[in-house]
Amino acid sequence: MQRRYFLKMSASLTGAAALSGCNPFADKASTAATPLAPESVNWSACLVNCGSNCPLKVFSRDGIITRIETDHSFEDGYGNHQVRACLRGRSVRQRVYAPDRLKYPMKRVGPRGSGQYERISWDEALDTIHQKLGGIIEQHGNESVFFTYNSGAYYHFGGKQNYYRLMNLLGGYLGSYGDYSWGQMYQAAKYTYGSEALAYAGSAMAEMSNADLVLMLGYNPSEIRMSGSGEAYDFLMMQQSGRFKTIIVDPRYTDSALGKEDQWLPIRPGTDAAMAEAIAFELISQNRIDQTFLDTYCQGFDERTLPDGVPYAASYKSHILDNTDPASLQPGPNAKTPEWAAKITGIPADTLRQLAKQLADTAESGRVYVQIAASLNRHAAGENTIRAMYMLPLMLGQLGLPGTNTGALPSGASMHAPRMPMGSNPVDKSISFFTWTQAVEDGANMTVLRDGVKMPEDQLDANGDGKLNTGIKAIINYAGNALINQHADTNRTEQILQDESKCEFILVVDNWMTPSARYADIVLPDVTWLESEDLISQGYAAGNTATVVQMSSSVGPMFECRNSYDVCTELAKRFGVEDAFTEGKTTQDWLDQFYAEAQAANPGLPDKEVMLKQGVYRQYLPQGSHIALEDFRKDPQAHPLDTPSGKIEIYATPLAYKEAHWQLPDGQQERVTAIPKYSPHRDGYEDVETRQRYPLQLTGYHTKGRVHSSYHNVPWLREAVQDAVWINPMDAAERGLKTDDKVRVWNDRGEIEVAVKVTPRIMPGVAALGQGAWFKGGQFQGGKVDTGGCLNTLTSQQPTPLSKGNGQHTNLVEIGKAPQQAEKSTEE
Amino acid sequence: MRQPKQYGFFVDTAKCTGCKTCQVACKDKNDLPVGINYRRVYEYGGGGYQVNADNIIEVQDVYAYYASISCNHCSKPACVKVCPTGAMHKRRKDGLVLIDQAQCMACGRCHKACPYDAPQMDFESGHMTKCDGCHERIAEGRLPICVESCPMRALDFGPMDELKAKYPDHRDIAPLPNPKRTQPNLLVRANKHARASGEGDGDVLNWAEGLVNFPWESKGKLG
Repeated sequence: MQRRYFLKMSASLTGAAALSGCNPFADKASTAATPLAPESVNWSACLVNCGSNCPLKVFSRDGIITRIETDHSFEDGYGNHQVRACLRGRSVRQRVYAPDRLKYPMKRVGPRGSGQYERISWDEALDTIHQKLGGIIEQHGNESVFFTYNSGAYYHFGGKQNYYRLMNLLGGYLGSYGDYSWGQMYQAAKYTYGSEALAYAGSAMAEMSNADLVLMLGYNPSEIRMSGSGEAYDFLMMQQSGRFKTIIVDPRYTDSALGKEDQWLPIRPGTDAAMAEAIAFELISQNRIDQTFLDTYCQGFDERTLPDGVPYAASYKSHILDNTDPASLQPGPNAKTPEWAAKITGIPADTLRQLAKQLADTAESGRVYVQIAASLNRHAAGENTIRAMYMLPLMLGQLGLPGTNTGALPSGASMHAPRMPMGSNPVDKSISFFTWTQAVEDGANMTVLRDGVKMPEDQLDANGDGKLNTGIKAIINYAGNALINQHADTNRTEQILQDESKCEFILVVDNWMTPSARYADIVLPDVTWLESEDLISQGYAAGNTATVVQMSSSVGPMFECRNSYDVCTELAKRFGVEDAFTEGKTTQDWLDQFYAEAQAANPGLPDKEVMLKQGVYRQYLPQGSHIALEDFRKDPQAHPLDTPSGKIEIYATPLAYKEAHWQLPDGQQERVTAIPKYSPHRDGYEDVETRQRYPLQLTGYHTKGRVHSSYHNVPWLREAVQDAVWINPMDAAERGLKTDDKVRVWNDRGEIEVAVKVTPRIMPGVAALGQGAWFKGGQFQGGKVDTGGCLNTLTSQQPTPLSKGNGQHTNLVEIGKAPQQAEKSTEE
Repeated sequence: MRQPKQYGFFVDTAKCTGCKTCQVACKDKNDLPVGINYRRVYEYGGGGYQVNADNIIEVQDVYAYYASISCNHCSKPACVKVCPTGAMHKRRKDGLVLIDQAQCMACGRCHKACPYDAPQMDFESGHMTKCDGCHERIAEGRLPICVESCPMRALDFGPMDELKAKYPDHRDIAPLPNPKRTQPNLLVRANKHARASGEGDGDVLNWAEGLVNFPWESKGKLG
């Protein structure tokens, strides 16, 4: 014993980074005894894309951050509770002082992806951007400039809005619709309920407390909405009241379960629609549907409400029963029976029957709250999966009433704080957020009917078709990582980006050398949240508690970092639009204006001097609870939906048109259909051919250890939440794997190396990997193998049929020991 | 004579979601590098599946829960008992178990002795370290940083008599060792799935998540 431990370790720890009180970027603290300066306290916020925007209390000394606390200044009691940041916000000091912080403007000096950069001056950077962007706009038009989807910094004043504002003043850019989170849900909601917002503006969490049964279809607030004022805490408090039963359907036994579930039903990824159809079969066969509701509020459940001239065979009921006689409940050979669904979903037929009965029994005398997670929409046939799940509340007549939900994500409480106005985009064409790689490769041939290009009707030809004029020639990527990491198929994306004759200019603005930044031509260093003054409001998924936070700073800007308002003002100057950009206002003018507007919108918001000290202004359910489609339920004539029929469209008339007229690639199994339909899909459980080579389904999930790819470069978080591919003990045994082994996960698209976690918390036949780890593959890093373990090295760029979106959870893979690991165990 | 105070922790394993905010808040407050965790969150789980020829899961009994543990400031601290220099000591006024760094020779005996892995070796400075109950925060009327950070309000801290009155419903659960050994000042509200201490059919599932302080040990120590 004795000192041996210490001596043994000191050799192996030479590379360990230590945080120090004096120079946080240095390896070791100075031990010189200098008197301590007084500690400063400022409020900031964590502005990533989890939906919460938690306030952070930042302590600093001499401009160096010393520690982080959150909201603790008053007695904590649910309903007026402290807004406690999760582990991500708590670790922000390590993120601000990360060794890969971008400190100066840089230009690329090696091939894209090589990560070879040289420091340049701000003037050179801005002149280069002006020259490149200006040249591309002149030569190819504004339609050739594109913003990759980004969500890493939810500033109100200093963030991405400034780049969009500038581009709008310069003639605009190619628009995009949808996003990586909810792309397919927007379309499902639009065609079913007449509004894309009904994808995420469901009933408030608070309505759970009026429910008797909460059915969570992939919904997992404890891992996705973790903030201590947000949905996770709301869910916990309501669940522990014991008022309702909770059924969780998910391939993983998630952290929202852990004893809070009355029942957990493991289901194979991408097969939820089959479960919904089996429940429909039971409800119809047992006469347990709410026929009055369906007749009054819906189009196309059966022959009674189909549009004129559409036969019964096109109805939902006919599809489920596989019969053609509206008067008969006799099922045909392809009826969607529980036995049929059991083989697809992995859930026993009897369990599906019991679930249908439990739902119907509850609906008879009580309330069912159905919550569909966005994970279900991120599949190859995501639009139809979401539409199929909507059928559950519809058949039960459980929406528009207290304790019910349409299936949409819960509406969060909200208070208003203004954002920098972006103006409007003069370019009237747009593509799906997901097809930008296609638009870089061959944008000039992308069309409306085949590729989902959107453009004004008066520009369409007689067939309703039209095309883009040009491919994407310039990309602006602000605080985003969809330039490679969060987009599908990283290897293919890298190839597309490396061709400098296609996309001629890439600008990345960020705080760290992210995987996306490695593909930039010019990199600009943004300030972090902790270096910024801003007035921000709660995120889009704050649960029942709304907040406004006054951010200020005593620690920045660091190095040569500049906020985007300053940078865009400088660019505006070069483009000759400075006056229009600034409207003659200084930064302080804007901040004062925004504060005044926020106070007008929230009369209780204290004066700024108070807020600078207090940091947080909060309200529990400031608008009260919310019941989705309450007005429509009360009076469908007075409050029609924005669908062609004004009703909920189970049979969606616009989709019947698209089913007949849209062009899908040869062989694409996933279809656009007038009614929601389960169908086998590429890389799904029923893709038997691919499954022979790649027998495991691999689904992504949101790890607690980062938010998408934000915070990946924080060692405290990498330690706290292991990045490991989950595999069931039975599948692990077949492959000789044990927990913490290094494994390779591969399919035709790529190969990653990652640790493995053998756990019963993932169902047999399925593997799961937290998405967002930073890509370390490609030509200049891992080569064939992505040693960063980025899920998207395995995902497909094949767009979904309707939204042209991302089926990034639909993957088939094989998993085996990494070569060096395999050698090691042979030696053992 | 007035009884000296004994501080302790409470953890509600029915509320804990294993988010690790407590672990990270502690690291930020105490400037702890990767490898040293005064508070650790143990993921415990088990159960399995019966799958039929059609690949349908006929039965499953999977469960999991988390237990967030730091130093339990035991009434019979094994670490104090084995410490050869007296560096590890139990403070009379509040029962906190603390280390006098000047006397610690980093022999690691307390690491071996503690059934909760509370002593955490700082291999860089050559000292044993551990949770000090945030006694300077307590003196200011605050709670330990972990308790105040918990988004689910699953943690509490206070004099044990008060905690016992506040949380009468507590049990000894796996994967924690039998409390008879060191008499930890820790109250645990049991998860619905909780297995009894020493009788669990499950496993700790997350040794890689900061539960191993001595890098050459493949698993941390619990029990």
